[in-house]
Amino acid sequence: MISGSAKRRHVLLTVIAYLALSAVGATMILPLAWMISTSLKAPAYAVEFPPRWIPSEPVTTTIAGRECRVADLVGGTFLSRGPARVAILRYSPDGVHVRVLSPEARVARPPAATAVAPGDLAAGEELTVPETDLTAIRRTKLHWDNYLDAWRAQGVRVRDAFFGLAHRVDGFLVFYLNSIIVTICITIGTVFTSSLAAFAFSRLRFPGRDSIFLGYLATLMVPAIVMMLPVYALLANLRMTNTYAALILPPMFSAYGTFLLRQFFMTIPQELEDAAVIDGASPFAVYRHIILPLSKPALATLTTFVFLHSWNDFLWPLMVVDRLALKTLPIGLAHFQDSYTTEYHLLMAASVIVMVPVLIVFIIGQRYFVRGIALSGTKG
Amino acid sequence: MAHPDTPALSSSASPPRRRSALLQALPFLLPNLLGFLMFTFLPVLACFALSLTDYRLAPITSLRDLTRQMEFVGLDNFVRLLGWHREDGLLLANDPEFWRYLGNTLFLMLGIPLSIAGSLLLALLLNQRLRGITIFRTIYFLPTVCSAVAVVIVWKWIFHSQPNEVGLLNSVLMGLGIPNPPDWLGSMAWAKPAFIIMTLWATVGGYNCVLYLAGLQGIPQELYEAADLDGAGPWARLRHITWPMLSPTTFFVVTMSIIAGLQGSFLFTAAFLMTGGGPAGATTTLMLYIYNYAISWHQLGYAAAVAVVLFLLVFTFTLINWRYGQRLVHYR
Repeated sequence: MISGSAKRRHVLLTVIAYLALSAVGATMILPLAWMISTSLKAPAYAVEFPPRWIPSEPVTTTIAGRECRVADLVGGTFLSRGPARVAILRYSPDGVHVRVLSPEARVARPPAATAVAPGDLAAGEELTVPETDLTAIRRTKLHWDNYLDAWRAQGVRVRDAFFGLAHRVDGFLVFYLNSIIVTICITIGTVFTSSLAAFAFSRLRFPGRDSIFLGYLATLMVPAIVMMLPVYALLANLRMTNTYAALILPPMFSAYGTFLLRQFFMTIPQELEDAAVIDGASPFAVYRHIILPLSKPALATLTTFVFLHSWNDFLWPLMVVDRLALKTLPIGLAHFQDSYTTEYHLLMAASVIVMVPVLIVFIIGQRYFVRGIALSGTKG
Repeated sequence: MAHPDTPALSSSASPPRRRSALLQALPFLLPNLLGFLMFTFLPVLACFALSLTDYRLAPITSLRDLTRQMEFVGLDNFVRLLGWHREDGLLLANDPEFWRYLGNTLFLMLGIPLSIAGSLLLALLLNQRLRGITIFRTIYFLPTVCSAVAVVIVWKWIFHSQPNEVGLLNSVLMGLGIPNPPDWLGSMAWAKPAFIIMTLWATVGGYNCVLYLAGLQGIPQELYEAADLDGAGPWARLRHITWPMLSPTTFFVVTMSIIAGLQGSFLFTAAFLMTGGGPAGATTTLMLYIYNYAISWHQLGYAAAVAVVLFLLVFTFTLINWRYGQRLVHYR
């Protein structure tokens, strides 16, 4: 009997735990799902009340008892040819905004819509119909072309190196290439130089070693903006803003990477190294053939951290770059938002475009990522 | 070869050996050290120096331009920033905006305890031996890896509130029977709560949750078994085993969250893209204030002074936390 009730209690607790986990999970997913949902909607149906999760469009609709066809949307404009009669412009809490398209549309003026005497509507006239007067038959439709529109919406003028001719290049292509160049350079540079320095700090003896390392440690607590201001001033005076060097070099040398790797290198047993030194290995050989192969998890962790951080970095690129041709994805997206403030379908498509590579890297590297956080936490 | 834990060479070592040890280390050290000095260490000192000047950024063509643009003003910036004066018998701050934005920064940090408590709860849930936990952990971590700019743009759309266009959140609220939901980002009263809600969403399942989960997994199982033998209930186990055993993690998490909260890089992105710091400065944080002075108004001297104050704040908070928080930590 006792084991039976304990078992029942265990099952109940498990169910409650799953419900709680799923509720939180749903909260985390919903904004992202809403982003994807909006990115696949036609402009006219991006803002709807009540909101619709699966993008769909009305095919036919009944306004005040009379049925009429709804115009198709192609590339953001209404196709008014054929049997189309009305276009649904916007759903809002005070009703549905409708435009009459073809002159032969004999749509009865709904009594609730206006104080003007009822009668037939002229083409081009717009009116607001109460939600209850309009019963539409809807069809699911996903506008994948939004992604293409967002990708192409901004153009960057780039002069080619051979003929000096100006070309228009799609904005997001430029932002993508910039982000890839900047992120790869920062990641390789950070992992390479800080692994070398961490080797010196953990495995070599030289005068001043500990005081230099203390200097590294001291900067860990300083807010990044403190370093950014003088470096920005220097770059501005050297006329080096709006260069790749300005985007890549300053973020490459934070103390964090050296600190993380040094902590890990310290844990590698000395005996392995001693054996190699007796065999006549140089310090570089020890670094290359003993320390690096044994530190793969720590290197992978640092790589994932640096990659994600520099891919998403906003403030530094914002400070040193204002030319469109040099913008990375985050500041490119911010710029996009300035020009397309209200076009939510395009904004959301652009946001998805920016987020996809990060999500892929995270899902591949999440093991290292989670381990890395735990590592940094226990050491601190 | 030396053991890594031995201190640096003592002065008794002969000079040639010291020199050769240094020569051996330099190729490893220099690539990183030069960059570190140039872009991290010296800029910290330079920022302190800048904060004592009235430096304004303008094109410089000669050394004379530089001296003309930059004048040593001593502590003037700090007097302007932190001082006050008497006017019609009232004490007024010299820079009321600074105090207001400092207040905003601290107000927005009120979300931190909520976020930490939420992270602990989630970690406790995730620590149950259930199937599919990795999937949940990955989902909770998603907001942390997503580009802050994209996250902010989606939330702007969720908070959206216009008379004839309603965002997701207000649609839900209206569906629940609330007739006039707030104009989140447009109202003085609701802009900060909106920021806190968004930050909670972005941080609750992130770093802190993973740290707590690692902490939980490090608690020896024997402690719980012993407690079971003594007949301890779930609450007693949580109160007397889990919580004290997690106190080093809590200490770390609180320290890092306060440092991150004062710097507020996510909130900077949010304020920059969602509200521009408005309405009427309600969401301007110290970071945005520094950015505006440095980049928009080209007053780098004053911006550096605000940055130094921000650094001192971080430093003080960390010191207090170390001094008093350590006492609450239970070490094994």
